[in-house]
Amino acid sequence: MAFAAFSTATAPSTDSVARRRSPVALFLLLPGILYLVLFFLTPLVSLLLTSFQTPREFGDIGQYDYAFRWQNYTEVITTYWPHIVRSFSYALAATFFALVISYPLAYFIGVTARKWPLLQSLMLVLVIAPFFISFLLRTLAWKQLFSDESFVVQSLKALSLLGPEAHVTGTAFSVIFGLTYNFIPFMTLPLYTTLERLDVRYLEAGNDLYASPFQVFRKVTIPLSMPGIVAGTLLTFIPAAGDYINASRDFLGGTGTQMMGNVIEANFLVLQNYPSAAALSIILMTVILVIVSIYVKRSGTEELL
Amino acid sequence: MKLSLGKWLLPVYSGLALLFLMIPIGYTFVYSFNDSLKSNITWRGFTFDKWLNVCNVQNGAVCQAFGNSLFIGAVATVVATTLGTMIAIAIVRYRFKFRSQTSLLLFLPMATPEVVLGAGLAAQFLSLGVPKDMLTIILAHTMFCISFVVVTVKARVASLDPALEEAGRDLYGSAWQVFARITFPLLLPGILAAALLSFALSFDDFIITNFNSGAVTTFPKYIYISAARGIPAEANVLASAVFILALVVVVTVQVSGAAKARRLAKLT
Repeated sequence: MAFAAFSTATAPSTDSVARRRSPVALFLLLPGILYLVLFFLTPLVSLLLTSFQTPREFGDIGQYDYAFRWQNYTEVITTYWPHIVRSFSYALAATFFALVISYPLAYFIGVTARKWPLLQSLMLVLVIAPFFISFLLRTLAWKQLFSDESFVVQSLKALSLLGPEAHVTGTAFSVIFGLTYNFIPFMTLPLYTTLERLDVRYLEAGNDLYASPFQVFRKVTIPLSMPGIVAGTLLTFIPAAGDYINASRDFLGGTGTQMMGNVIEANFLVLQNYPSAAALSIILMTVILVIVSIYVKRSGTEELL
Repeated sequence: MKLSLGKWLLPVYSGLALLFLMIPIGYTFVYSFNDSLKSNITWRGFTFDKWLNVCNVQNGAVCQAFGNSLFIGAVATVVATTLGTMIAIAIVRYRFKFRSQTSLLLFLPMATPEVVLGAGLAAQFLSLGVPKDMLTIILAHTMFCISFVVVTVKARVASLDPALEEAGRDLYGSAWQVFARITFPLLLPGILAAALLSFALSFDDFIITNFNSGAVTTFPKYIYISAARGIPAEANVLASAVFILALVVVVTVQVSGAAKARRLAKLT
């Protein structure tokens, strides 16, 4: 979703333009900033407060009082640690597969297809085409294609590649598959924007210096496309870790594949156990922020933020 | 032999990867012509019926949800594009205190998982006793669209030559005239791109909507709710129609952009 954000992140900096100090700036900034404070920042604070709430004495289901019940956190961690581990491992796997699938595609569009601008723009339209059709319908389409009666699964069973009793939907495979599929455009676009600017003369220089194609790729292409790799992996990893559509039982998941998002949704909207949902949300966000900041520091692409 | 294989490997792979991306889209489109009953799972024959009578199913529940999504998307887009464009201009053109804090505040909503944004807002509405309806959905959608508008418009403001506005001021244009006659028209392509992005984000959002919608049904929420008992082919019809419309818009923009670039190239 944030592809636009990251694809323009490396746009030429505008620090050379003389910026003026003027009351107009305040007028321009205030409404939007105030909006984000009211509807982004304070909700995070109320999420934090909710995560420490305690059930109201003699209250109904869903009634809680403000308190400092930190046990909410230890409780959700002990109850839901498999979901927490699953969220991050599924997201990691999907990020890896999306990167492996997207990199050659982005390389072809951004580097090889430079000679044919029309082909380049046509391929880009096809990469973003999935955004034009409902995310949920796309995921459901995969569910039908992988259902037990489907042509794909029947053929796999006929070829004995799949046991007669085996299912595809409801498994870790199908959830990771769905996540990978859904986030390939988010991975491909930032990769494309950096690869499109890649100066091929560097690659030629590598060849001239007797580097093997693999060495050129590893020592030149990869480091030069690092900003795209970082942006793409973040754009995949963050939403994938919080996703609950793919893992939902009505879509590609099953009882054994529920992720943190599913638990947060169930606790908040069905069980009305707001403190648990809030505590899990805070855990999810904290872990992601820690991972992101370490990752961005390590890969030396802080300017992306 | 080896060389030609290496030469063809990447294009063939790329074609297959794009084909892979298209599979569920093709599936959704094909099944919009399925002569299905309640649920649209097995193929029962070709028909144009669903396209011609989209709103007839379930007393128009699909179209109701679709209309809600259009309305929410339109309002959220207008508000988010206005607020975001103002911020983008301020960031590029003016000096102000708390610049890095402002950037962080704008970046964080994009780096926060949707489920956290949704649950946070829902927790806030709950503690304030605000009932969840159309308004809370619009408030939520506007929130996550602002940051995307800012990044999109910011790039456009940055590429704008300040000399053009100075010329306007030198010619005794008032601040408002300079904005309305020079700055705004030049920023318009960026603003339109941001508005399209906002609308697309809002229209397809499910996770945040699910937490803040109460009894109101949007198009994605309708699909989510119906997923368990089967989705009518009419949903495929509406999704396919949106897909085709969006594709036409994007291709037109691409082609006209290419034509404009060619004209400019001829001039210089």
